[in-house]
Amino acid sequence: MSVSSTTPASSAAADAEQQAIPKQRGRRKRVELSEGKKQERKLGWLLCAPAAIVMVAVTAYPILYSFWLSLQRYDLKFPDEREFVWFSNYVTVLTNGYWWTAFGVTMLITVVSVVVELVLGMGLAIIMHRTLVGRGLVRTSALIPYGIVTVVAAFSWRYAWTPGTGYLANLLAPDGAPLTERASALGIIILAEIWKTTPFMALLLMAGLALVPDDLLKAASMDGATWWQRFTKVMLPVMKPAILVALLFRTLDALRVFDNIYVLTNGANETSSVSMIAYNNLIKGLNLGIGSTMSVLIFLTVAIIAFVFVKLFGTAAPGSDEGKR
Amino acid sequence: MADIVLDKVTKKYPDGTTAVHEVDLEIADGEFIILVGPSGCGKSTTLNMIAGLEDISSGELRIGGQRVNEKQPKDRDIAMVFQSYALYPNMTVGENMAFPLRLAKMDKALIKQKVDEAARVLELTEYLDRKPANLSGGQRQRVAMGRAIVRSPKAFLMDEPLSNLDAKLRVQMRTQVSRLQKQLNTTTVYVTHDQTEAMTLGDRVVVMRGGYIQQLGDPQTLYDNPVNLFVAGFIGSPSMNFLAATVEESVLRTPLGDLPLGDRMRSALSGADAPRELIVGIRPEHFEDAALIEEHQRAKGFEFTMPVDLVESMGSDKYVYFTVEGERAAAADLEDLTADAGGADLPPQDNLVTRLSAESRVRDGVDARVWMNLDKIHLFDPRNGHNITLHEGKAAGVSAA
Ligand SMILES: Nc1ncnc2c1ncn2[C@@H]1O[C@H](COP(=O)(O)OP(=O)(O)OP(=O)(O)O)[C@@H](O)[C@H]1O
Ligand SMILES: [Mg+2]
Repeated sequence: MSVSSTTPASSAAADAEQQAIPKQRGRRKRVELSEGKKQERKLGWLLCAPAAIVMVAVTAYPILYSFWLSLQRYDLKFPDEREFVWFSNYVTVLTNGYWWTAFGVTMLITVVSVVVELVLGMGLAIIMHRTLVGRGLVRTSALIPYGIVTVVAAFSWRYAWTPGTGYLANLLAPDGAPLTERASALGIIILAEIWKTTPFMALLLMAGLALVPDDLLKAASMDGATWWQRFTKVMLPVMKPAILVALLFRTLDALRVFDNIYVLTNGANETSSVSMIAYNNLIKGLNLGIGSTMSVLIFLTVAIIAFVFVKLFGTAAPGSDEGKR
Repeated sequence: MADIVLDKVTKKYPDGTTAVHEVDLEIADGEFIILVGPSGCGKSTTLNMIAGLEDISSGELRIGGQRVNEKQPKDRDIAMVFQSYALYPNMTVGENMAFPLRLAKMDKALIKQKVDEAARVLELTEYLDRKPANLSGGQRQRVAMGRAIVRSPKAFLMDEPLSNLDAKLRVQMRTQVSRLQKQLNTTTVYVTHDQTEAMTLGDRVVVMRGGYIQQLGDPQTLYDNPVNLFVAGFIGSPSMNFLAATVEESVLRTPLGDLPLGDRMRSALSGADAPRELIVGIRPEHFEDAALIEEHQRAKGFEFTMPVDLVESMGSDKYVYFTVEGERAAAADLEDLTADAGGADLPPQDNLVTRLSAESRVRDGVDARVWMNLDKIHLFDPRNGHNITLHEGKAAGVSAA
């Protein structure tokens, strides 16, 4: 992707030549693209085209169709009352307390689980990166939770927290029923999420750790940095692109949280996420209009978050403007 | 500023390789010392031990008289320049140079003053706000130097700082490094595998091989009086010629002819365990066109006639190549030299390289009469590589009385 932005001049070493670089860059911006660059760009588009077309065909249709449905009053229980109502479904949803509760729950789960996963994942990544003995064993065992089907894992969490029979319930809350109280239920949902996806985070971060050259850390210790300073001032900035990718993936993933809630509480005691209530309205309630409205709103949230992250990426990669990495 | 003393310093890696064997080295305050040797000889390991980036397995390291074996790199007050430059990609040139000072919690205004000063010395002022990715190799190298000099450390360590630069720039930077070191007068340990850099930069040069110090001395001493075949072949470009020779009564039989042996050599070679087979070493510049030799010099040398393979005229002088018939010189040291990439300078063993005056009339394919200086000939024992012509540390030639 970045091939087209590599500047031949940046590899030249002679000093004299380098003096001319600022000027040259200015020129490059004004005189648009050379013939070769144009060709390269065209080839790039051609190579991307098949994938892009498939993507558009597969995703654009459902998105547009949902949007179309969201503009109608359309409840399969009352098919005769189908009517085009413009944005009134949006007004209904956005003024509804349930939606906002679910939205709050989703945000809470997302923020808490992603933050905790980032911290734990970073720790795990560093351990996996540094261990010299039994590397394969350490990595495999760390990745096991990620390999288990979410629903299966969720059921084992549910059994573990079931009063009377569950070992965790007996151990930590012998008198209560943690899954039936809002705060503890949310805590357990978040815990299940974290347990499940920290390994994924760690894997992505480990790829980022590999980006940090050893010499850089050695140079930092020679410059007088403590372990913590090396971590925060050298490792984190260099890893920033990888961290952002990991955060983006996990945030979008966490926003759609469904399986764990479905199995653990089924949305009881105001523990529904937005995906849960969209599902309840659309599939269980057969209210296509309201359900689709919620889907579109979820889609918009995801789009906004993705946009913000991509904006952040832009300035994240060190020297990325030169396509040098 | 401080002196650095390595006292029987050894490095054994966890996998069992001993990279450095009981190295003893005393580096005086303000001295510029070069570690040179073929790839894998333990130069970087030695440097990293001085830096504190590698633990010392045994022995003692003292900086400024103080044992520092257990000290963290950050507490040793030493700056290091890496081959990869190791600039922080997320920081500008200015921030890179200010980094060590910021960590030392220096006053902001003072940091700025020091960074500006270093940037001025290294001609980096106009690049202070650039990111390293947008600099040329030479500029990055200077930033790395800048980051080292801003904090006025006790010593500089440099691990092949110039080897990522192209040849021309390397020569320029070499002079700059040398000048900077003289100016700052800070103890410097410099690692390179390039013998030219070693010869031109250092006050003293340490030649290493397989984790052992081979010879330690000022560049001229290493060049004139190498203690063994390895040092003789490693230092100098084009490198020394090596020929197989045998001792026959009072003469030394070589492919170039029988060389007279002086009294001293004869007695040295008469012992029961003295080697019969020897290796003759002679540098290209110790040959001359016999026609250009003055009468009084003729006696000090030996003349032979051989067909010329090739003449390369350099303007100031001529490189003339001959093919030597007969047995090749063979020794473990020579194999090590050829195995190393640095030995690319080493001519093929049946090749004799001579450097004659520009006035010489020798031509390709024609027989030439060549004179060689017997005082400058070295004899090596092929079994252990020792130079047996050294007399009280000085090369004495073969015909000395
Ligand atoms: N971490 C390590 N574990 C085991 N052996 C090592 C390690 N690092 C280096 N060595 C070995 O120690 C020896 C010396 O390595 P060192 O890096 O000091 O060589 P060098 O002289 O700097 O070579 P070069 O010119 O190629 O940089 C080599 O044989 C190398 O294989
Ligand atoms: Mg090295």
